[in-house]
Amino acid sequence: MRGVVGRALPHDSAVLHVSGTAAYTDDLPEPRDLLHVAVGLSDHAHARIRGIDLDAVIGAEGVVATCIAADIPGDNNCGPIVADEEILASDTALYAGQAIFAVAADTVDRARRAARLAEIDYEPLEAILDPLAAVEKESFVLPTETMTRGDAAAAIEKAPHRVSRRLTLGGQDQFYLEGHIAMAIPQEDGGLLVYSSTQHPDEVQHLVAHAIGRSAKDVVCICRRMGGAFGGKESQAATIACIAAIMAVKTGRSCKLRLDRDDDMVMTGKRHDFVIEYEAGFDDHGRILGVDFMFASRCGISADLSGPVNDRTMFHCDNAYFLENVHITSHRCKTNTVSNTAFRGFGGPQGMHAIEYVIDDIARTLGKDPADVRRRNFYGKTTRNVTHYRQTIEDNILEDLFDKLEADADYRARRDEIRAFNAEHRVLRRGIAMTPVKFGISFTATHLNHGGTEMGQGLYIKVAQVAADELGVTLDRIRINAADTSKVPNASATAASSGSDINGKAVQAACRKIRGRLTEFAARHFSVSEAGIDFAGNVVSIGERELAFEELVGLAWFDRVQMFATGFYRTPKIHYDRDTFSGRPFFYYGYGAAVSEVVVDTLTGEYRLTRVDILHDCGDSLNPAMDLGQVEGGFIQGAGWLTSEELCWNDKGELTTHAPSTYKIPTCSDLPVDWRVELLENAANREDTIYRSKAVGEPPLMLALSVFHALRDAIATDANPLPDLRAPATPEAVLDALVSNGS
Amino acid sequence: MAASDRIQFVLDGNLVELTDVDPTRTVLQYLREDLRRTGTKEGCAEGDCGACTVVVAEQRNGKAELRAINSCIQFVPTLHGKELLTVESLCRGGESLHPVQQAMVDNHGSQCGFCTPGFVMSLYALYETNPAPTRREIDDALAGNLCRCTGYRPIVAAARAMYQAPRPDGLLHPETLAKTHGESLAIEHDGRRFFAPVSIAELAGLCARYPDATLLAGGTDVGLWVTKQHRVLDTIIHTGRVAELHTLETGATHIDIGAAVSLTDAMAVFVDQYPQLEEIFLRFASPPIRNAGTLGGNVANGSPIGDSMPALMAAGTTLVLRSADGSREIGLDDFYHDYMQNDLRPGEFLERIRVPLPGAGTVLASHKLSKRFDQDISAVCTAYRLELDGDTVSSFRMACGGMAATIRRARQCEQAVTGQPWNQATLTAGRAALAKDFTPISDMRATAAYRLRAAQNLLTRFYLETTGASEETVYAYGRQG
Repeated sequence: MRGVVGRALPHDSAVLHVSGTAAYTDDLPEPRDLLHVAVGLSDHAHARIRGIDLDAVIGAEGVVATCIAADIPGDNNCGPIVADEEILASDTALYAGQAIFAVAADTVDRARRAARLAEIDYEPLEAILDPLAAVEKESFVLPTETMTRGDAAAAIEKAPHRVSRRLTLGGQDQFYLEGHIAMAIPQEDGGLLVYSSTQHPDEVQHLVAHAIGRSAKDVVCICRRMGGAFGGKESQAATIACIAAIMAVKTGRSCKLRLDRDDDMVMTGKRHDFVIEYEAGFDDHGRILGVDFMFASRCGISADLSGPVNDRTMFHCDNAYFLENVHITSHRCKTNTVSNTAFRGFGGPQGMHAIEYVIDDIARTLGKDPADVRRRNFYGKTTRNVTHYRQTIEDNILEDLFDKLEADADYRARRDEIRAFNAEHRVLRRGIAMTPVKFGISFTATHLNHGGTEMGQGLYIKVAQVAADELGVTLDRIRINAADTSKVPNASATAASSGSDINGKAVQAACRKIRGRLTEFAARHFSVSEAGIDFAGNVVSIGERELAFEELVGLAWFDRVQMFATGFYRTPKIHYDRDTFSGRPFFYYGYGAAVSEVVVDTLTGEYRLTRVDILHDCGDSLNPAMDLGQVEGGFIQGAGWLTSEELCWNDKGELTTHAPSTYKIPTCSDLPVDWRVELLENAANREDTIYRSKAVGEPPLMLALSVFHALRDAIATDANPLPDLRAPATPEAVLDALVSNGS
Repeated sequence: MAASDRIQFVLDGNLVELTDVDPTRTVLQYLREDLRRTGTKEGCAEGDCGACTVVVAEQRNGKAELRAINSCIQFVPTLHGKELLTVESLCRGGESLHPVQQAMVDNHGSQCGFCTPGFVMSLYALYETNPAPTRREIDDALAGNLCRCTGYRPIVAAARAMYQAPRPDGLLHPETLAKTHGESLAIEHDGRRFFAPVSIAELAGLCARYPDATLLAGGTDVGLWVTKQHRVLDTIIHTGRVAELHTLETGATHIDIGAAVSLTDAMAVFVDQYPQLEEIFLRFASPPIRNAGTLGGNVANGSPIGDSMPALMAAGTTLVLRSADGSREIGLDDFYHDYMQNDLRPGEFLERIRVPLPGAGTVLASHKLSKRFDQDISAVCTAYRLELDGDTVSSFRMACGGMAATIRRARQCEQAVTGQPWNQATLTAGRAALAKDFTPISDMRATAAYRLRAAQNLLTRFYLETTGASEETVYAYGRQG
């Protein structure tokens, strides 16, 4: 590898981060005419709005303007795919916490105080508060989908062994540290500049334009960086930006909406929670002969991104396993709760959780080591290598990776040692589990352009590394600018782990155009052949001559050479028929595996991660430091999802865990006591990705399934080997599983 | 002594003087909105995420004491007489990075960077107060800072690496700090008042004059009344500068803890005498909360899920209550009447907490359960004090949090156990009695069934601990790995 690509360089903003000088949206200088916006939220999960009395709001100190649905100049919609979600509820409030009105005041505090003074007359309606109730009432945001290969029912019927189960699997709040925020600044001639903390500036631009009744040309959206996003700012940022924009248009003044943390958690979507039912038939060796899945996800009040999220659940309920006979039903449940959305993994984790539970049940039914049953069901390299959506897996490296990790982590010996420990202890019990990850990359053919956003993942430094090497300059010559819809139009969301793949390739293409023009100019100017010209280390070699890069650029400028370029990249090879759920939705797969070990207190259900070994595939890494950060961060985030992060609603449909005091993401002391993470070496992507790297944003999250199954391993006993452990496995859930198990 | 309306503190070596300040303006609002000093971030505005962490330094007993606090729930007038350091203070305008900051860069300790200034400040407080922290001390120092990107491993690496660079000059300005006045504060703003008396007599007088005033100690709860509930507090009386309330003495029979002593300081003395309480105090909130919050505030506020009171109650703690009319002493177990209602009369305040020293052969223990080890509110918190006469229980007290509307004793369980041999049958009887003592509720932290079952099982844990049959907690076990 040459130049700076592949080096473990620090994040491009690291120095700015640690010195407090990296500017987030709320840190930007505020226009002199700025107003602060707050929103009034529904108290009811489902109610007709009979009247909204804002007299007290308007009369409150510092208040300048208010806005209800009827005041919106354009479309009252913030649905990204289906136009089915109102920015402000008009006739009916559909969930507790839905925005009904907005108020602008001279300070944040006054706006928030005023927002509490409204008198809203509600006529309560019956609410559907969970997925199963929605299934029963056939309340769906999108039609139920099914996917089939072979004859699952017949295979299960004929199989020598069967398991079936109903699982509950909790959702997850993104808990980006920077809450949602947007600042809209009126420009001359009806234009509007929107600073938004968004993964998808292009979508904010368009939805804002629709909401204020203008066209996209009138709106510019800029995002330099986000304080975390994780999918939570893919579609959801638009709602916040639309409200700020509507108030800016209404008042003719700059308006900023920064959500308080509690409002953010109540108002914005999360990872979908699921109810999953399965029945599987298998042989004496633990090989799956047939499996039937029913997925019912809580989508909330609107489609949002729930269609593709649930599709990905269906695509990933194989994880790494060949399912010859499979039938999948996927219900996209409409409930009177906040509309759920993207979150790292995008439906994949839920599908993978289901099949891993099946495998665990099979192994425990047969009294086998679950790792063996996993291996028994892996996709083959040349046979058993076609997925249930008819994609042939061409890059399967999982078995080798799994074997290497098993040896490196000393899995077998530790499993034996743990069994001996458990035989001797009355209160403490230990467990171990090893699980694989296979995750499809580059779903959908609409990722077309560059214009990626930075949410901490290190996209910008990776792209800068590519640009530096392509132009033969050092990294200090590269400046990274904000994502700006007036500079890069029509960009897609920075999502689905696609940032480096797409933007790296697009930047490479652009840099190659510039370099080509400079080469052509230099050849002409110095009368040498193009083959004799090379760019490296800020120096251009032109035959025998050497020129500083900026000298050549200066000469080229006088010669009127165009030295800017745009690059364009479209993921190749992917095609997919949505009607039959078949084709090649993924360009390639990312792989990984993890071994987790836990210790559980059987009196209280408390537990601790004692050791974790991870081996993860990043292809030829563009920046191993950034990739390691994604693996470690993704794993801990996944562990939080499956353990301490519990979303609770009360019987009125109100979210009761809407702040870090009640919603518990992992802290420093939750790290594995002994944690060994490795990136797979010599693992060039067989597909032509940017420098043969692989996407790494999402796949590591699912490594944490090993934590869940290590807990289940600790709970299981010979007397009752199939404990019913729900996710998240809070201490209470663990104790419930222990008690149901007769401990 | 005449009261002053000037709030004085040190920032970047300058003596800042403020008058006519909204008394409930938070330090974070002041930094971000008034000074446009935006390095310090708001993540939650309730002291639970640490993005707003700053360090305050004050002179105590001739020494500079540096501590991390949450600026989002700290009111500006409480800065009086202190030096304030923010992330910007460490690198003097970005000229050169402090070793803490450089270690974070070198170890890839930031990704999105939003939590980073808070981590930097918690690390800086650790850097200045502990020259060689253990992993456990690092974990504890960072317990109040949430990061959603990195998975913390690189931040722990930075905490270890930060000591390797040459130590820079100190950042404090004691000579400037010495210029702050020692008078009481009396601020009036828009008809609302803030008092910070410096003597207990003055405090008693103010409490008599304003019996409805809000007493502000560390502000770790009162801060949220303002930032989350948007309550307007007409009169605030701050106890933090009253010299007599900062006493911390271990006498012949009792530890005497003044009501304004921070949780950090109180717990250090407490754990000296009762080493078994170390884990529960490690799990009590986070360092920034323990630095600002006071033991007196925890007790007087009287939340049913306050984590200090079960242990204090089991130990037989008494409270000295004071008013302009004099003082009286009351048992902590008689102090709470009902949910957030206590025995304090109008004009009366908590002066001291008196914890009996452990007698020979007395065992005191406390256990806490929550979804997360650090910085989580208890689902259940139990505490017990056991005295044995041979094999027979001569005295047994048990107090529980999270099980009722107040922290209270488990009287029926105590009765079932006291006078009995300390054996399995007595344990079984004690467990059964707990079910008569408490009818807990279900909420987002735990169901009623879990609370009761877990409380019974914690009694079993205590039994095992006191009969030599115990196994470690999972946290202690994990530490050995």
